[in-house]
Amino acid sequence: MHTNPYQIQILPEPWRSPVLAQLAANEQVLAFLPLDLDAQRLFCHGILVLTSLRLLAKTDPHSAWSVWPLDASMRLIRRDYAGVGTLDLYQAAQRRVSWHYTLTHHASARTLLEQFESLLSGNLQEAASNQSLCPRCQTVLPNNETLCALCEPAAQQVNSAWALLRLWRFAKPYQSGLFMGFLLALGSTAAALVPPYLTMPLMDKILIPYQNGHAIDPMLVARYLSMLLVAAVVAWALGWGRSWWLARVSERICMDLRLASYAHLHELSLSFFGGKRTGDLVSRIGSETDRISVFLSLHLLDFVIDVLVMGMTAAILLSINVPLALVTLLPIPLIAWMIHRVRDRLRLGFEKTDRVWGEISNVLTDTIPGIRVVKAFAQEQREIARFREANVRNLQINDSVNAIWSLFAPSVTLLTELGLLVVWAFGIWQVAHARITVGVLAAFLTYISRFYGRLDSMSRIVSVTQKAAAGAKRIFDILDHVSSVPEPVNPIKMGRVQGDIILRNIGFRYNNRSVIHGMDLHIAPGEMIGLVGHSGSGKSTLVNLICRFYDVTEGAILVDGVDIRAISVHDYRRNIGLVLQEPFLFFGTIAENIAYGKPDATQANIVAAARAAHAHEFILRLPQGYDSLVGERGQALSGGERQRISIARALLIDPRILILDEATASVDTETEREIQAALDNLVRGRTTIAVAHRLSTLRHANRLVVLDKGHIVEVGRHETLLASNGVYAQLYAAQARQVDSDMGEGEYAD
Amino acid sequence: MQISVNNAGALCASDASGVRHENLIPVRAFPMSAPGLGVSLVDAQGHEWVWIEDLAALPENLRSVLDAQLAEREFQPEILSILDVSSYSTPSRWHVVTNRGETELVLKGEEDIRRLSAHRLLIAAENGLHFLIADMQQLDSASRRRLERFL
Repeated sequence: MHTNPYQIQILPEPWRSPVLAQLAANEQVLAFLPLDLDAQRLFCHGILVLTSLRLLAKTDPHSAWSVWPLDASMRLIRRDYAGVGTLDLYQAAQRRVSWHYTLTHHASARTLLEQFESLLSGNLQEAASNQSLCPRCQTVLPNNETLCALCEPAAQQVNSAWALLRLWRFAKPYQSGLFMGFLLALGSTAAALVPPYLTMPLMDKILIPYQNGHAIDPMLVARYLSMLLVAAVVAWALGWGRSWWLARVSERICMDLRLASYAHLHELSLSFFGGKRTGDLVSRIGSETDRISVFLSLHLLDFVIDVLVMGMTAAILLSINVPLALVTLLPIPLIAWMIHRVRDRLRLGFEKTDRVWGEISNVLTDTIPGIRVVKAFAQEQREIARFREANVRNLQINDSVNAIWSLFAPSVTLLTELGLLVVWAFGIWQVAHARITVGVLAAFLTYISRFYGRLDSMSRIVSVTQKAAAGAKRIFDILDHVSSVPEPVNPIKMGRVQGDIILRNIGFRYNNRSVIHGMDLHIAPGEMIGLVGHSGSGKSTLVNLICRFYDVTEGAILVDGVDIRAISVHDYRRNIGLVLQEPFLFFGTIAENIAYGKPDATQANIVAAARAAHAHEFILRLPQGYDSLVGERGQALSGGERQRISIARALLIDPRILILDEATASVDTETEREIQAALDNLVRGRTTIAVAHRLSTLRHANRLVVLDKGHIVEVGRHETLLASNGVYAQLYAAQARQVDSDMGEGEYAD
Repeated sequence: MQISVNNAGALCASDASGVRHENLIPVRAFPMSAPGLGVSLVDAQGHEWVWIEDLAALPENLRSVLDAQLAEREFQPEILSILDVSSYSTPSRWHVVTNRGETELVLKGEEDIRRLSAHRLLIAAENGLHFLIADMQQLDSASRRRLERFL
């Protein structure tokens, strides 16, 4: 057998030996595609293997191989729809067979197709040498790896339901503080247990002897009473110290938790935010952390104290009288069993209520920013109904949870009352048989009421704990989320880049829609590229990919010859200036907004940037100049003014790569002219990628790139493209017509 | 517009001026809310040539061709049972039995479960497949319990 074992190793197990058994002496394995759907598109476990001589396919491990010897009239066509990819094999223009797979194996299908094509066109040599390229991003792979480190999918994390215990990660820095709080709790609890103990001598040495005719010893009474006082004061002081101290610690833990989740949120890619709704995120980071804080500072403490009190009480009771103690502790296993039964149901219920709470906030965050639309279409009642619907769901879920725990607490109380009854009965019987004194029984009854009081509060804690656990889970959901734009493990240091951009056979799919495919482009440093195409042709997606808001699903984007996935996200984005269609101004002064990307900019820098962006003069017209506050969405300024502020913002960071995404789309022609002047300043000397619907905006572009349905269809200068009479010429003609009829402007003629 | 089927089994249409459009693809406009209403025949460029208001109004032979073509394009496995989930927080890997066999899916987040109606759910898996749960109350109790944790 001449087959190189390395060739076989590209196959996944358990396919290596069955495929090897099929191969002829000089046959090589070139590529494979796991087939997880069969001809009827039922899920299966099959494989399609491309060898140097044949295509071998098997849709399940027990069926026979179907074999297709290659010939020159064969063609493979790849298509996909609704998450299912299909490879059609045509032979002499007749469709012979179709293989289906889910898009999980998209990359393998592409590699197989490429190998197939290069094989049939006789370029096998090249195909074979391509073997060591990563199938996803095409970077050269180290030996025997099937995916490069960049593309290696992050391991699926399996999380336990023990979300509360995972809070320890945040508590750890404060462990000495927590230990201190614990000592305080221990001390105050012990002090609080002294008074019941003193009821024994008070009864047996003073009250009962008095009833039996002995005089009261005032000194003894004073001694016991002063001991009671001291115990109470010590318990008060220690209790105060413990509450204050632990509340401090828990607030700090929760601040760390909130900061960590917010910081993590900023590391996540745009696709995360695309999927999540604002209200849900706000409620997770805002109220869930608060709930955990309350739990840690009040309830966890209570719980610890309850356990301590119960433990100590049990010890004291046992030390006084064993049989009575055992009778007293009888209901505990029963209560423990009840807690166990109810706990899970409560936690699941609370998780649901949290989610519903998220839904309620979602309705709010949906409608308040869109309030103009709501009012314009007179849909207030509809929105109120939507809010009511979310609230009704909240009611339903809360009702069922409340039904559980409202039954729970009284049941515990009932059990404790019954326990008390048993102790009375057993105690009187014991006193009657002179096994214990009245003082012992009195002490027991005092202890036991504390004991059961603790049990009762513990039963309440069950619900709070489960609430906190549900909240902790939802926060860890965010913290566990791995960014789809991951930081490289060993980032390549990049200072200021040159601005040379290469798109190498890139593809991108959003869920199951392929938005960009097979795109190749080289952009020279300092060049201005205009992206042109119908809406939906992939212009904005391409821009998002270059900004690395998303990662390409195929191919690679290289800046100065380095894959942008190998550069730290922060380093890379520092080199990019972005001007969007809808400029976003943060609440703050105009100066702060201009200096957003470079907070240490001097006033002189800010003014210079504003001047270059043609924003200086209108800013001076505002009563407070650069110190004027701009509202939540910069409502006091016109669209053109806001846009020029955002241009100044981009100018100030002096980026090497500039992205203009429909920067002038939402303003009128007059304003566009003003902005255009500002943009011309911005573009100078930078690699610029401008997306524009209005072709007039792109008259300075060195090259125009025309996109259609995610492909590059034409590249060239305005005149050349017009002359070639293709897609661009059509677009241009359509716009010129519209301009002529709408405005009678002749600007497009030059 | 005259709709016909060519020799290769593809849909064709000729308009009033006699221009023939070959290899048309049927697309449902409301695949969830009204699958039987509003089917469009588009060409490979996505340009619409024929709009069919109501599938039921078509002649029997055409409708069966359309149904067959729609069925070939539509892939929406229906989850019959959830055998196992890797974790109750997301992302979570589910091992499910569907009407198209057993498979695994990865749920990226709870918000990928879309409520079509009170008990009808559509689950978008990480790889772009959409799984349907026609009636969550019809699932066996173990599956339902697993599912409920995500709702």
